[in-house]
Amino acid sequence: MIAVKNLSLEVGEFALADVSFEIPTRAYCALMGKTGCGKTTVLEAICGLRGVNSGSIRLMSREVIDLPPAARGIGFVPQDGALFSTMTVKENLGFSLDVRGRSKADVAVRVEKLAELLGIPGLLKRRVQGLSGGEKQRVALGRALAFEPDVLCLDEPLSALDDETKEGLIDLLGKVREETGVTTLHITHSLQEARSLCDMLLVMEDGQVRELPVEGKG
Amino acid sequence: MSQPDVTSRGPDAAKAGSPGGSSSRWLGNTGFLVALVLIGSFYVIMLLAMLAADLTWTTPGDFIKALSSDEIQYSIRLSLMSCTVAAILSVWVAVPIGYLMSRFNFFGKGLVDAVLDIPIVLPPLVVGLSLLILFHTSAGVWVEDQFKEIFGTGITYQVPSVVLAQFMVACAFAVRTMRATFDQISVRQEDVALTLGCSRFQAFWRVTLPEARNGLITALTLAWARSLGEFGPILVFSGATRMKTEVLPTTVYLEMTTGSLEAAVAVSILMVFFAVAVLFTIRHFGSDRSLGRVI
Repeated sequence: MIAVKNLSLEVGEFALADVSFEIPTRAYCALMGKTGCGKTTVLEAICGLRGVNSGSIRLMSREVIDLPPAARGIGFVPQDGALFSTMTVKENLGFSLDVRGRSKADVAVRVEKLAELLGIPGLLKRRVQGLSGGEKQRVALGRALAFEPDVLCLDEPLSALDDETKEGLIDLLGKVREETGVTTLHITHSLQEARSLCDMLLVMEDGQVRELPVEGKG
Repeated sequence: MSQPDVTSRGPDAAKAGSPGGSSSRWLGNTGFLVALVLIGSFYVIMLLAMLAADLTWTTPGDFIKALSSDEIQYSIRLSLMSCTVAAILSVWVAVPIGYLMSRFNFFGKGLVDAVLDIPIVLPPLVVGLSLLILFHTSAGVWVEDQFKEIFGTGITYQVPSVVLAQFMVACAFAVRTMRATFDQISVRQEDVALTLGCSRFQAFWRVTLPEARNGLITALTLAWARSLGEFGPILVFSGATRMKTEVLPTTVYLEMTTGSLEAAVAVSILMVFFAVAVLFTIRHFGSDRSLGRVI
């Protein structure tokens, strides 16, 4: 569950006040809204990457507002993937486990499993520079899922991809959801993405978040 | 009320308004390019002519003879050692300063930024004089006493003063390089590392610093080159004592004042060789953008 209550924050001239919404456990929720309305700011606040003035953020019933990003247990995929370019695909995927001090054998097993899930077993030894946009986002998704987070935050992960690659990644995100059941908040501008993946749709407008029915989903 | 139509200028209007025909435009463009090339080539030719003059002034025999003297060999050793220590210290200091200036906003940041540029704009002799005066204040004397107690040698007019004088100027260039390097590295990667379980230090150490490796090499090389060419601060703060605080620029100065132009030129050629090696290293590792902001 992601429960945001009365969240207020300021970024320079931009401010949000009393933002509240709740995403049930295992739900896949899309957050939509005009460019610059504050979607990414809210997502970064949930991840702990942006300071807030007041309010509450509960993840799986745990208050995290004062916790550093590392302690929140959130897998984060930014728009450009932000892969670590000095590392191989394998090192990117195993990064969070390595930071946690897991043994090399454990990391290798988890990375192999993730590579199978993401359809990238052939890329493990490659450096990230030569990867295509779709491959980069698969690796970024795998890196975020490696430590089996409770919550996944995706910031427009498909916006820079061509239609065919996007279709493939939408299928992959559906598969990930099915296999992991991770509670997901997915920022997107695309209704098609939202309809294909989500069972909950939030729209951000005038600094407030409201829920809309997802068309075509009972 | 109707407004005058200002958008109705079609291709014909544009043609009617263009001054001169295509031939005069071609002549104008060519003349402009020729002027650019002439002015630019004057400077490039002067640079190459200077180097060529150095090379033709001395013979291989004079060069080897000059470089085999004890004083010049000492000067080469001290230069290589002091430049290396000054460059390593510069990068050691430049990495945290560059990172702070690139990633954080704080009260007085503009002022700190300006202070960091002081060694770049200050006349070199003034840097040396300021260091000399600093080490004559009570705090400076205390530091020198402590240093002497630990390392068995003083600072002023001793070898450590050479390293310090080189470091004070070279570090400013290393700071600029590291700041430009960190500015180019997306903060997003650090953000992701934080969410993946890293502390701020771990994100910096595991993700940002490896990304900055080319900038580090550029900063190290640039600091080394700046240190090698430093003369004014060393002359004032360390003196020009043979076999003691003599570095390569000091050698050129001393050889010239004693009328030994061949030896001065031989040492200059050696410094040109080092400078060219540094230039190639920077060109290889440094990105155009970071260098554009630094040099």
